[in-house]
Amino acid sequence: MAAQGRIVWVSGPAVRADGMSDAKMYETVTVGNSKLVGEVIRLTGDVAFIQVYESTSGLKPGEPVIGTGNPLSVLLGPGIIGQLYDGIQRPLRELSKASGSFIGRGITTTPVDMTKKYHFVPTVSNGDEVSAGNVIGTVQETDLIEHSIMVPPDHPGGKISNIVAEGDYDLETELALSEKDGQTIPLKMYHRWPVRKPRPYKNRYDPTVPLLTGQRVIDTFFPIAKGGTGSIPGAFGTGKTVTLHQIAKWADSQVVVYIGCGERGNEMTEVLVEFPHLKDPRSGKPLMDRTVLVANTSNMPVAAREASIYTGVTIAEYYRDMGKDVVLVADSTSRWAEALREMSGRLEEMPAEEGYPSYLASRLAEFYERAGRVRAAGSPDRDGSVTLVGAVSPSGGDFTEPVTTHTMRFIKTFWALDAKLAYSRHYPSINWMNSYSGYLADIAKWWGENINEDWLSLRSEAYGVLQREDTLKEIVRLLGPEALPDEEKLILEVARMVKIGLLQQNSFDDVDTYCSPEKQYKLLKLLVDFYKKGQQALKEGASLSDIREMSVVTLLLKARMDVKDDEMPKLDKLENDMQEQFKSITGVKVSN
Amino acid sequence: MTTEGGVQYSKIAEIKGPLVIVDDVENAAFDELVEIQTTDGERRLGKVLEVGNGKAIVQVFEGTTGLSISGTNAKFVGKVMEMPVSKEVLGRVFDGLGRPKDGLPDPIADQFIDINGEPMNPEQREYPKDFIQTGVSVIDGMITLVRGQKLPIFSGSGMSHNLLAAQIARQASVVGTQDDFAVVFAAIGVQYSEAEYFRRSLEESGALKRSVLFLNTADDPAIERIITPRVALTVAEYLAFELGMHVLVILTDMTNYAEALREISAAREEVPGRKGYPGYLYTDLSTIYERAGKLNGRKGSVTQVPILSMPSDDITHPIPDLTGYITEGQVVLGRDLFRQGVYPPINILMSLSRLMKDGIGEGSTRADHGEISNQVYDAYSRAQEVRALAGIVGKAGLTEIDLKYMDVGDVFEKEFLTQATDENRTIEETLGVLWKIVSKLPKNEITKIKDKFIEQYYQEE
Repeated sequence: MAAQGRIVWVSGPAVRADGMSDAKMYETVTVGNSKLVGEVIRLTGDVAFIQVYESTSGLKPGEPVIGTGNPLSVLLGPGIIGQLYDGIQRPLRELSKASGSFIGRGITTTPVDMTKKYHFVPTVSNGDEVSAGNVIGTVQETDLIEHSIMVPPDHPGGKISNIVAEGDYDLETELALSEKDGQTIPLKMYHRWPVRKPRPYKNRYDPTVPLLTGQRVIDTFFPIAKGGTGSIPGAFGTGKTVTLHQIAKWADSQVVVYIGCGERGNEMTEVLVEFPHLKDPRSGKPLMDRTVLVANTSNMPVAAREASIYTGVTIAEYYRDMGKDVVLVADSTSRWAEALREMSGRLEEMPAEEGYPSYLASRLAEFYERAGRVRAAGSPDRDGSVTLVGAVSPSGGDFTEPVTTHTMRFIKTFWALDAKLAYSRHYPSINWMNSYSGYLADIAKWWGENINEDWLSLRSEAYGVLQREDTLKEIVRLLGPEALPDEEKLILEVARMVKIGLLQQNSFDDVDTYCSPEKQYKLLKLLVDFYKKGQQALKEGASLSDIREMSVVTLLLKARMDVKDDEMPKLDKLENDMQEQFKSITGVKVSN
Repeated sequence: MTTEGGVQYSKIAEIKGPLVIVDDVENAAFDELVEIQTTDGERRLGKVLEVGNGKAIVQVFEGTTGLSISGTNAKFVGKVMEMPVSKEVLGRVFDGLGRPKDGLPDPIADQFIDINGEPMNPEQREYPKDFIQTGVSVIDGMITLVRGQKLPIFSGSGMSHNLLAAQIARQASVVGTQDDFAVVFAAIGVQYSEAEYFRRSLEESGALKRSVLFLNTADDPAIERIITPRVALTVAEYLAFELGMHVLVILTDMTNYAEALREISAAREEVPGRKGYPGYLYTDLSTIYERAGKLNGRKGSVTQVPILSMPSDDITHPIPDLTGYITEGQVVLGRDLFRQGVYPPINILMSLSRLMKDGIGEGSTRADHGEISNQVYDAYSRAQEVRALAGIVGKAGLTEIDLKYMDVGDVFEKEFLTQATDENRTIEETLGVLWKIVSKLPKNEITKIKDKFIEQYYQEE
């Protein structure tokens, strides 16, 4: 029996209603005469405390509140890819049909078009036993996505009967029946799943395969693994959003879920405008064919912002269960934490640091734990992954604030954005001294097997140069560069080249925006070789200015933009030229 | 509750800071407009912040000074606060609540619009990419403003932000078709003289008849400041999306707005976030700044240039900090440059326009614009490092190339940044000076520009 109560109090997104003794925690309810969507977040006697996902302007005490009996859930089925949803999975395109350019209230729509027909190919037959998670057939959702139709995870399983023949069906068609203990349950193309409950899987693996993003500072220096967790904290203007967009564009995953959580409206528009025109570097198909957007911009209701993270991660888990690699990008988890803080304040809970609720850390942990590489439930065997990347917007750029510090406890890759680098237009402004990756050892094997065995040692040498430079910079700051011997000046010079030629990457340049792992490796190798040959040349009597004035220096710096991924022979030629030029400045043969 | 002539009035139970608590309330809605009437017949406006259990907490815009518990009544108007709008608002001056201040009668309303607006559907936004030529070299060349952008000026007390904002307003209105451009100016707790400077500046350039002014000066009620940007933006949205005009909105000074918000939050005894500002300051600011933009299928645009003064020039203070997270870039004024007498004293390294990349280049400004601007950023940032180094080792300790970067810094500040307040430069002139700066460097230092542009534009000595 659904609860039916009356509003007794309204303050912003928070509403109290009495007569709600039948309501359950986290049940969704409709609030008021205009049927706004809300969720029960506290029960005291027969009074329910409700967070409302839409603007409560004009809401009055005395208006009705009606329970739905269901927790906040998302609809999972074909048609999700390419959509732009709000925080509670309402498609914004459909909302605009109902309310025009601005977002109206109390509009009900279905998350996907229930009448659209998909070509269903059954993979089970009548009489087959299925259990939760089993694939019963597939449909082609977009050019890029083959969508598995699965038995819902909370389904008791049973024997298949009445399975339809291959053909075109809409979402409401009963594709098959499952019978168990005399109970018959129809199976359709979709099911619903509560967003706050992680979807079950069979078992979980260690993440050992890198998620290649085409961004050199990430892939080469601070890699993330498929099924891993990463965080990008940075003050405003440090290029957080651009970096996240780059990951969403170029990551080698099959599905991308992009959550704009309390961020700018124009950023979502940018993705919507840009992605259909960008081609996936591996398949050549539009990027929109693998992307789902969840947008709850900063000025949209704050409670739905809290929900948007869960909506997004549940969609990501659903595609993972089909055996796909999914990347979820959340911009920004700080705004989500602020939504928690606002509701906590209205609940009059005792605040912890900076007004955030004491359960901030556990909520963050729960969220990041939903990442992972797993073997999905049911048959056939499917391995998929969810990689979670969350932006953090620390107030005042201060990494000691609660959201950043708690996030650091639950993630393994940390890309620290640096305002100083951004001010000098070093993009991506990932600070190489403060960032780290906990996956380096796990994924080195992949690089060794697929690219080159010496990848890890080259990476360490290049990183070593950057570390040496960092200590030398102190001396330069005090005494000027002339105080250093030539060997150390060479380190400064090579560090500059690594920064410009490798770490910096122009996301707006057609060539530089994406860098293949082969090209990344080759650039890394060239720079490390340059360093070694430079050291040797100095020993053999060459001067630092001889080295600086070699024409290959500028070419090395510009190679990231001048050499396309399919023009690797140009880099081989550059390698030869470099050898020749080192020979000519020392006058003797430089050994390899 | 009493009834007079069919209208119901409720008693006041408590007065606390800018809030009154009304007892005995039936049928009041959250966010509803309230009329407060005093014994001597004075009427003030307020809105419901919280309602329930027979009580309503009402925020009084004009402040509670002079109100008494016994003699004051509250009337719930039955609707949220609305602003009457029509084409006639152009050329008019209003107070901070949107009431005429120029002695003329109320404009005849075409529509009444909820001042809170509704969030734009991101799916219906049109991505902003139309270049606005402001005639200020440093903005056009390196922090390009586009139609539908929100680009704040972060300033400090006493610096020349008003001169700059007025220059942008005057000069941006000159280019393109004149009649579809409008300026909406909202003074939020600024001194009378500053508001007057703007008015005069718009008048002298002939732009006043295409402007709408909302004035809440420093001596006006502080709580009214919560409303001022909202009525201004309601008018701006109407002009842009109903009448198809390109509207430039200048909001000054957003710091005063945030302080008014803090005052209300404190009176409600809410748990404060940083520096006593409410935890929802970010969300609240976003409901103002996100009202900039363009919409699919509609001709006009709302471009915002909010001005805020950073307390103690501290960019990490919550107000500039949270603003920067919402706006599409920031123009930061630098105290050092200001002291040296540079106008406009823009600290280019801390400034940024996020929408620049889409508003420039072939077809709008020039194909080399993005690359030349990147190279100058890089060079100017190197110049600053070299200057710091020169401070330690002296000019004699610098290499030849370091000295060239010193040159870059000087030319940048003297010829590019510095500009008269009535000097209106074309984009061609602006790009010309940028190339002059880069041409101070030898070609092998130019790593961010394609060779074809270097061949075309590099100025050999």
